[in-house]
Parts: sequence; structure tokens; C-alpha cells
Amino acid sequence: MAGLNKSDFKNPVVNWIDTRLPLFTLMNKEYAVFPTPRNFNYLWNFGALASVALVLMIVTGIFLAMNYTPDGSMAFDSVERIMRDVNYGWLLRYAHANGASMFFLVVYVHIFRGLYYGSYKTPRELLWMLGVVILLLMMATAFMGYVLPWGQMSFWGATVITNLFSAFPVVGNAIVTWLWGGFAVGDPTLHRFFSLHYLLPFVIFAVVFLHVIALHITGSNNPLGIDVKSPQDTLPFHPYYTIKDSVGLCVFFLVWSFFIFFEPNFFANPDNYIPANPLQTPSEIVPEWYLLPFYAILRSVPNKLGGVLMMFGSILVLFVIPWLDTSPVRSAKFRPIWRALFWVLVASTIALGFVGAHRPEGWWVVLGRVATTYYFLHFLVLMPIVGKLERPLPLPESISRPVISRGGGPLPGGAPAKPMEKP
Amino acid sequence: MSATAPADHGSGHPHGVDEGKRDFLKLVTGAAAAIGVGAIAWPLIDSMNPSADVLALSSVEVDLTPIPAGQGITVAWRGKPVFVRHRTEKEIKEAEDVKLSALIEPQADADRVKPGHAQWIVVIGICTHLGCIPLGNKPTDPRGDWGGWFCPCHGSQYDTSGRVRHGPAPLNLYLPPYAFESDTKIKIG
Repeated sequence: MAGLNKSDFKNPVVNWIDTRLPLFTLMNKEYAVFPTPRNFNYLWNFGALASVALVLMIVTGIFLAMNYTPDGSMAFDSVERIMRDVNYGWLLRYAHANGASMFFLVVYVHIFRGLYYGSYKTPRELLWMLGVVILLLMMATAFMGYVLPWGQMSFWGATVITNLFSAFPVVGNAIVTWLWGGFAVGDPTLHRFFSLHYLLPFVIFAVVFLHVIALHITGSNNPLGIDVKSPQDTLPFHPYYTIKDSVGLCVFFLVWSFFIFFEPNFFANPDNYIPANPLQTPSEIVPEWYLLPFYAILRSVPNKLGGVLMMFGSILVLFVIPWLDTSPVRSAKFRPIWRALFWVLVASTIALGFVGAHRPEGWWVVLGRVATTYYFLHFLVLMPIVGKLERPLPLPESISRPVISRGGGPLPGGAPAKPMEKP
Repeated sequence: MSATAPADHGSGHPHGVDEGKRDFLKLVTGAAAAIGVGAIAWPLIDSMNPSADVLALSSVEVDLTPIPAGQGITVAWRGKPVFVRHRTEKEIKEAEDVKLSALIEPQADADRVKPGHAQWIVVIGICTHLGCIPLGNKPTDPRGDWGGWFCPCHGSQYDTSGRVRHGPAPLNLYLPPYAFESDTKIKIG
């Protein structure tokens, strides 16, 4: 039955609004008193950091777009004008360009956190899959954003990445022509990339919203990977995790600011300060660091279509890991074999990053193939098998019990039926 | 690693809370956050102000020799029209002889021209009513009852000194900053 919301807010204006549109009740429920596992470590900051990064990317991007011209003959100069003439334009552009790296940095930590602590397992499968959708959207957005300055790397990066689709038989070339809006990367390509680069962040924002709704239905995972059993296991989100997230946010801003103010071109490629020239390819084409592992997988496969499929597959496989992982234990903390394999996966991914940054010659080829093989072996073979064979360590009875026994508190442990919080 | 919260966390009323200290911490934290947000917001806001290349276009030189008496020209300055008009002796006399009490915005003609250059009136050609460009630079244009400019949008009329004589415009035409570089050349801006 439809009915007015019974609001607990004392302020008459807030109460009046809240009775008719319960935003205040909602925010209070989801962000203030929201029961959150009490044993989060700092790795649980990174979701919040990623959402702050997304908002700042959208905000700086909106102001950059006010001064940017998505035209093949004017784009490069308009970016230079932003750097030289627009008030604080240098700051906006450096914050935005380095922001992409910062965004991927925290998102990758967030993803590996989920992999280590089994955050993708039931009942959080959909939450995880929405996250993979966000990752794919981020990659598309970042790639198209990198094209906009219309330097040599922009142009040739766009050429290489769009040409990936030519690997598909029969329709490949037609798809590529369609993507370009011409017979080479050119002005129509730039216009559509700008349009989509402006659109996709808002799509990401919408998927993040769904991601957060799903999170608040299932509740957060935690470093022990066991379910919340009683109110003793939780803390209200505010002030405990608002403060903890704020501490992480300060550190995050310090790192981000370091790059903006001291090494603004650390992640940039000097070739991108040369205007796009459709008649000359730079001697070395390297994508941004956050795409290097996937680029390495692409190059490790000696077959054009195979490489493209493996590259897309390396992300698509993430969609199905909730069902590939057969172990009922979430946290790798209690899975000694799986924990070791997790670090092999991390090492393989980082190795692929280095492989992607080097010419595919000599040992780099071998290393790339070994790491690519392990990446897929990890998810497709080891994940189902180890889950069945491994003998996990005994799980703690509840979240609060090991916390309290370590904290030395005098509270009687293992009394989940006796809630500590007063009603 | 994991939080080692004392047992009474979460009970809502821990013992021995120093309320004054807590208020102070809240104020300091809030103030720091407000300053941080302001520091981030200001570059964004300021980026919408005129940029260096726009400001660099803020002066323009005008050669006066081709303008015959009784006519004016329009030059663009900062994207706005500026009227530069060569007044006849009769027009100057009319402008100077007006009683200030008869004006909507009283201002002497001498205050609207440069000393020794009374034949040149330089005004921003934007009606002070709602921003249209008045007619009257060419002798064939309608110039209104006071022989200056006539705004086609709502019928405001200006005299030969650019002062409003008939509404709805409330103010005289604005004067741009300018200086005579020689007797036949001015620099606006």
C-alpha cells in the first residue's frame, strides 16, 4: 500500500520533505547507521576512493570540455590553449590526465582485493559482474579520452585499437570503417569519440549506482570472508568508516597531487605532444600503463584473431569466476594454496604489464606467453580444481570473536545471541 | 590489519567523552574540508573567466582619417561594437548647449569627449536598455529627434553625445577606455 514515510527527523522542514520523499531516511539508513563489518582493513577504502575519482574526473572533464574543440584541425591547438591561456587550464588537464591513472590504480587494487577475499562469491555474484561492466566501460572511456588531444599517440593508438576489430572474419573491415566514419582515423572519428567520451562516464556513474545498491543488499564482504552473524560483528558506517575512508582519501589526494604538481607527465608519452600525422607512425606505440597487461596478451598470441579473442577473453573470464571458483571459503586468508596462487596471478599480471611496455622480442615474448598462459590457467583450471582439492584452515566462529580476543577486551566471546548495542 | 576496537565502541555512549574537544575536532575537520572543497572549486570557476588569449584581444587601434564629418564607423572591441563618430560643428554645439536638467542621466558633453578632440565621440554601441545596436552612424540612418542614434528595438533615442534623451533606455551609452595616440589615431582598450 502506498503511504507517507514515517520520518524520525526533528527539523520540521526536513521532516516535511522526508515524509513525502524519504531521501533523508534513505541516506541515514544507507550511509549513517548502515551496519558494516567491524574488521575492515584499509583495502576496503578503495571502492570509496574510486567513486571520488569518478566524480572528480567528471567535474574536471566538464570544465575541460568547455575549452576543447573536437575537430581534427583544431583539437591539438585547443589543448595547448587550455595549457597556456585558460585560467588554471594546466591544472584541470593535469588533474584529468593523471586522474585516469589514479582511477585505474585504485580500481585495480579494488579488484584484486575482491579476488583475494573472495568478494565475488555468492551472494555477491551480480555485484561483482556489475564491477566488471564498470571496468570495461572505464577502459573504453579512457581509450577514447586518450585520443582527444590528437597527438601522435592519440592518433596511432586509435588506429591500432580500432583495427583490432578487423581481426573478425568477413565483417571485420566493415566494422572498422563504421567505427572510423571514413577510410582512416580522422575528423569523424574524433567527433564521435568526444561525444562518447562525454557520455560514458555518466553511464559508469549509473552502473556504479547499481553496484552500490547491490552492495547494500548483500552487505560488504570482510577480510575474514565469513558472514555477519550478529550486531556485535558490525559498526555503523558513520562515523567509523566515513572517518576511515577520509584518512585513505587524504593519502589518495596526496599521491594524486604529487603527480599533478611534480610529475605531471610521468604517465604521458612525449610523442603525444607532436600533432597527429596520418602519414607517419611513431617508432614505438605503447598504450597507457593501465592497458599494458591486456596489450601484452594481445601480442603474446601469434594469431591475429586469436590475440584479439584472448585479450577480450582475459576480461570476460572475470564475469564467470563466481561459478568457476568451487571453494565455499571466501577469504584467501584461510586457503593456503589459493593464497600462494593469488600472488602468482598478481606477479603474472605485473609481468604482463612490463611485457606490454617492451618490444615483443627475445625473452619478452617468452615471458609474455608464460604469463598469459598462467593468467588463463589460474581462472579456468586452477580455480575449479584447487577449490575442490584444497583443505582450508578452520574458520573463526564470528567476526567479533577474533577481533576481541586480539584486542584483549574482557568481553565474553562467542555470544552472538547477545547484542552489544542498546536498542 | 583488522580493527581492534575497544569493547565499548558502538555502544553510543562511551565513558569519559570530552565534549569540548569533540566539538573542536568537528569544527576543525569541517573547516579543513570546506577549505579543501573551496581550493578545488576555485580553479574550476576561474577557468570560465576570460582566458589569456581573450584578454590579449582587448585593445584595438583605429585610424580616424577616413571618417568624414557627420558620419561614424563601427569597430569591434572585445567582441562589442564601438561607435567612432566625427561630429559636425552644429552637432558639437547642440551637444554642449543642452541644459543638464533636461537629461535623463545628466552628464556634460565635455565629460564625454577628450579635451581638444570635441569632434570625436567614441561610445560603446550597445543600447543601455536591452543590448541592441542603435542606428545612426550613416547620415541615411534614422537618428531620432536629437540627431544622435536611434535604437530600432524599443525606440530609445540618443543625442550627438550618446546621451539618452528618450526612453526606455535608462542610461547614456557607455564610454570605452581610449586615448588619442595622435590627432588621427585612437587606441581603444
